[in-house]
Amino acid sequence: MIWLGIETSNSPLSIAIVENGQIVEEIVQNEKLTHSVTVMPTIEELFQKADVKPINLDAIAVSEGPGSYTGLRIGVTVAKTLAWTLKKPLVGVSSLQVLAANGQGFNGVICSLFDARRQNVYAAAYDGETLQPLIKDHHTSIVGLLEQLHDLNMPVLFVGIDVENFKEVIADRLGEHALFADASLALPRGSKLIELAQKQPLSQIDEVHGFVPQYHRITEAEANWIKDQKKGQ
Amino acid sequence: MNDQYILAIETSCDETAAAIIRNGTEIVSNVVASQIESQKRFGGVVPEVASRHHVEQITIIIEETLEKAEMKPSELTAVAVTEGPGLVGALLIGINAAKAFAFAHSLPLIPVHHIAGHIYANALVAPMQFPLLALVVSGGHTELVLMREHGSFEVIGETRDDAAGEAYDKVARVLNMPYPGGPHIDRLAHEAQVGVDFPRAWLEENSYDFSFSGLKSAVINYKHNMDQRGEEIDPKKVAKGFQDSVVEVLTTKTLRAAREFQVNQVIAAGGVSANKGLRTSLEQAFEKECISFTVPPLKLCTDNAAMIGAAASYMYNAGVRGDLAMNGIPGKELKSWI
Ligand SMILES: [Zn+2]
Repeated sequence: MIWLGIETSNSPLSIAIVENGQIVEEIVQNEKLTHSVTVMPTIEELFQKADVKPINLDAIAVSEGPGSYTGLRIGVTVAKTLAWTLKKPLVGVSSLQVLAANGQGFNGVICSLFDARRQNVYAAAYDGETLQPLIKDHHTSIVGLLEQLHDLNMPVLFVGIDVENFKEVIADRLGEHALFADASLALPRGSKLIELAQKQPLSQIDEVHGFVPQYHRITEAEANWIKDQKKGQ
Repeated sequence: MNDQYILAIETSCDETAAAIIRNGTEIVSNVVASQIESQKRFGGVVPEVASRHHVEQITIIIEETLEKAEMKPSELTAVAVTEGPGLVGALLIGINAAKAFAFAHSLPLIPVHHIAGHIYANALVAPMQFPLLALVVSGGHTELVLMREHGSFEVIGETRDDAAGEAYDKVARVLNMPYPGGPHIDRLAHEAQVGVDFPRAWLEENSYDFSFSGLKSAVINYKHNMDQRGEEIDPKKVAKGFQDSVVEVLTTKTLRAAREFQVNQVIAAGGVSANKGLRTSLEQAFEKECISFTVPPLKLCTDNAAMIGAAASYMYNAGVRGDLAMNGIPGKELKSWI
């Protein structure tokens, strides 16, 4: 069983090829390059190195969001086009869960987050042993997130490159309960994405068309439009 | 010789489109999913909304295109896709789908300029005769392009501010008409005998450039003055006055350029070339001049992938190839490929 994993939900990039549970190739980078330029050449390069042809693939996993809208769309477009045209199943995994999986084994809560600007984050929290969600993926203020984590009253391991931006407020609110993962755990990994995807049921081929990123936010234009509709009533 | 089949993809604005073109001249299948119903709510195209719709539609549209053509990927010669100009987030969906598809089936990629596509829509109707002058008018463009042979482009004039289609949409808003405004203004203009007298922007004597922002302001000022005097404007007269100004400038400059460069053919391209007022005016002008004038049918004037496939066919024959590192270029310039 050969899996391709594609993770482009934020500025880091990770692509992995996993065969029968073993990593054959994996690239994890944080070069702030344009995913549109790097994703396909990277996939091509890893396929060549692994001596795998597109048709040999058995399934594709993609990090489905939340994250940067453009990043998500590039990963999802590549993943769904490959899955559809090669007639392979496609499995989406929360990009926050992929990141949190780096800390699995931690005795407490793992919180993964992405900076959504203006003191907002996309965040989730998971049981450190089982990776079961304790706080689901959502868009919230950093203050709101810390209140929820505070209520859990357990040690929290923060994972992700954006954690740095909020370190002070986190330490202020959670005190001794706040722990910060090492830099080696800060980037999402395609192999972790595939591990999580393998625990999910494989999609039916005809479900691929309907696959879309999980943005966890509607567009500003739509939000304004809905507001106007309500006013009009 | 084997037939050449190009799968083309276009997502530069708010249409998700795919087509298969045989030998550069024949449409085998042509599918367009428009977002107009969704974008109408906002009175224009919202880029983020457009990008989201493209992701929802892209594989469905490509599949439908292959099914209508009764073709398998293995029967294709190449995959073509719009590289720019356009909305970057929208372009990226078509580009990444094209790259993934090309990779999956080991097909060459061809990056196509959107305006070259609009011009080559004419190759699907009749052979192009050089030297040729193309008037490209759409919501995003107003350009006069001289072509001395296939793959050779000289932009001799372009808009310095608003595109013609943009001016139509803005004036339509002044007249409280829904988006997209062009067809409404065209229809109203035909219902008036005399129009309001609005200025013509000729710019410098020898210039082939265009400017429509002054005209747009004149319409806005006119309505403002009438409002202040407590008088109702007649939308028909305003529409006719506005359209007369746009059409006269476009026709006169195109005619002057056609004479100067002694072209054998003039073609109109882009969404606004579907405008009846403009079409009639250009037809009459070039009939008198004995220069052949063509406009592709409506469905090839507005954004579509068939036109991208037509241009790509000539590019493929000229040896142009893209690669998997190809990116969307929102402000891409029109350059010759020969
Ligand atoms: Zn166009």
